[in-house]
Amino acid sequence: MASITILLDKCTGCTLCVKSCPFGAIHMANKKAVIDMAKCTLCGACVETCKFAAIEIKKDGGPKKDLSGYKDVWVFCEQKKGVIQSISFELLGEGRKLADKLGVKLCAVLLGSGVDAGVEELSHRGADKVYLVDHPALKSYQDDPYTEVFVRLAEEYKPEAILCGATTIGRSLVSRVAIKINAGLTADCTELDVDPKDRLLLQTRPAFGGNIMATIITPNHRPQMATVRHKVMKEAAIDKTRKAELIKKSYPEEVFKSRTKLLDIVEEIGETVNLSEADIIVSAGRGMGGKEGVALVGELAKALGGAVGASRSAVDADWIPYSHQVGQTGKTVCPKLYIACGISGQIQHLIGMQSSKVIVAINKDPDAPIFKVATYGIVGDVFEIVPALTREFRRVLNK
Amino acid sequence: MNIIVCIKQVPNTTDVRIDPVTNTLIREGVESVINPFDAYAIEEAVRLKERCGGKVTVLTMGPPQAENALREAISLGCDEAVLVSDRKFAGSDTWATSYTLSAAIRKIGDFDVILCGKQASDGDTAQVGPGISAHLDIPQVTYVKKIEEISSDKARVERMTEEGYDVIETPLPCLFTVVKELNTPRMPSLKGLMRAKSAKPLKWTAEDIEADPAALGLDGSPTRVVKIFTPEPRKGGEMLQGDTADIAAELAELLKDIVI
Repeated sequence: MASITILLDKCTGCTLCVKSCPFGAIHMANKKAVIDMAKCTLCGACVETCKFAAIEIKKDGGPKKDLSGYKDVWVFCEQKKGVIQSISFELLGEGRKLADKLGVKLCAVLLGSGVDAGVEELSHRGADKVYLVDHPALKSYQDDPYTEVFVRLAEEYKPEAILCGATTIGRSLVSRVAIKINAGLTADCTELDVDPKDRLLLQTRPAFGGNIMATIITPNHRPQMATVRHKVMKEAAIDKTRKAELIKKSYPEEVFKSRTKLLDIVEEIGETVNLSEADIIVSAGRGMGGKEGVALVGELAKALGGAVGASRSAVDADWIPYSHQVGQTGKTVCPKLYIACGISGQIQHLIGMQSSKVIVAINKDPDAPIFKVATYGIVGDVFEIVPALTREFRRVLNK
Repeated sequence: MNIIVCIKQVPNTTDVRIDPVTNTLIREGVESVINPFDAYAIEEAVRLKERCGGKVTVLTMGPPQAENALREAISLGCDEAVLVSDRKFAGSDTWATSYTLSAAIRKIGDFDVILCGKQASDGDTAQVGPGISAHLDIPQVTYVKKIEEISSDKARVERMTEEGYDVIETPLPCLFTVVKELNTPRMPSLKGLMRAKSAKPLKWTAEDIEADPAALGLDGSPTRVVKIFTPEPRKGGEMLQGDTADIAAELAELLKDIVI
């Protein structure tokens, strides 16, 4: 069993580790650090912080595995109705950097039915190789066949890293794949890098609702898998001169079997943009007063070509469907622009949107917590300001 | 129908504060609560029981004090409770956590439906639910927003997607991870509170669930945290003043690079 020890001869009592522990498991006694084993989760934050190498975590890892056969960076390229989703281009942009640093190829994995045209698109976005599996059972995402095919590809071609979007599909798929191939998986990364010496993927992600950031590695397992949030990585540029090597795989029929059956795909979002992919989100809170107020927010979103978000209270009051909810029990978003209309800014809401690049807050209460995170704040009547903004942006954008 | 609900005890987000001097998380005085998404899983489990008969077993992995979360689940209508707790689980990532929970589920035995919250509010990974179904090799449907129909051997459910929802039919046993839209959780009943008080959750160790020691805790976890840091807190910016038309014009100017 793994264990953690303070090396008393090296500990100087500097208390750095006490501050570094996210679980409050370290205190000082007789000027030495003491670990409360009931609270410690062996997360390793203190080991990293200690300047005197006085903390040691021992793993009974068994013999080191041979990781040398694993190479290349893979990107799972999500498609819906044959259309490759923009998150895939963001991942190819980031994957390019990682592959170059590691001196390996960037490979795109495309599963679908009749999606041959996607191969060229992925080449133009920087893939050196495209693994394509084309089968009617892969037309729309289903857990069983997607998992089975992906597992087979990964086992045969042994990538050292796999990136996937932190989308409904991505999170459902790779969580299963990682178990089957005994790989490490880090969710919702907002920053990726590699250590070229150890060939380690450095995966940084928010935890505790963005209150802390953690950098995570997978030292002794391959592939190193990560899901990445929408909109945090830059899309790969299009270069139409590029041509990728195509590896088209087929498998026996049983590989494509699905226990679940997809009966229907229902699209509810009509004229508005998908929340997680939107560059601009305009959100309505309790201060919008009702459905009419939410409609004003919708007008502004429309003028800006953005999506409509909502706080929990607007959703719970039935002014707008749950699919629009931003925050802890809704969606986490990080658009370029987030406009909060009549939202006070409870911590549960802030968790879902505080990583947005620019935040504009409009609220009648000058002490509303939303102003603490807002790039630009406007104190005033939302029913006057929101329509004024709609008019102004329509004018500026010539709509 | 035998239903298992997996829950996690998490720090209450409203209590999470950052020490302005050390820039670290203040854990003292932070109340532990049932993960918000798990509340919908518990409620749905109890509703399924009311609809189809059977029993609900609530399961958690955590330190001894996680027993409080189990008692709360009993007050909300769960019948039996299991706490898997062992120092050997320390340092578990989502791989090892889902392995441990799947071993406990095997020991519980017969089940038709496993319900999990979509994700936990402290880690936010959404990986443990699918991980459990992969370890058990049963079908899964994630992001379930409605259970339309359920019988003894199959269910038809709606899975929330970015654009709307998918309608999926699945054989049972199956694992569902659930979102908020599924239901509105009830308050504990007086009877439930009394039951919770006298309930005796089962307590299982690594040995009890016959888990492979090499697959547990830090040893069984492929990933490892190497650094934890606090991001620079976001600071409030500029307050725009003047009459509405001026503000609108000023804001349009400030945002022109983004919106055009």
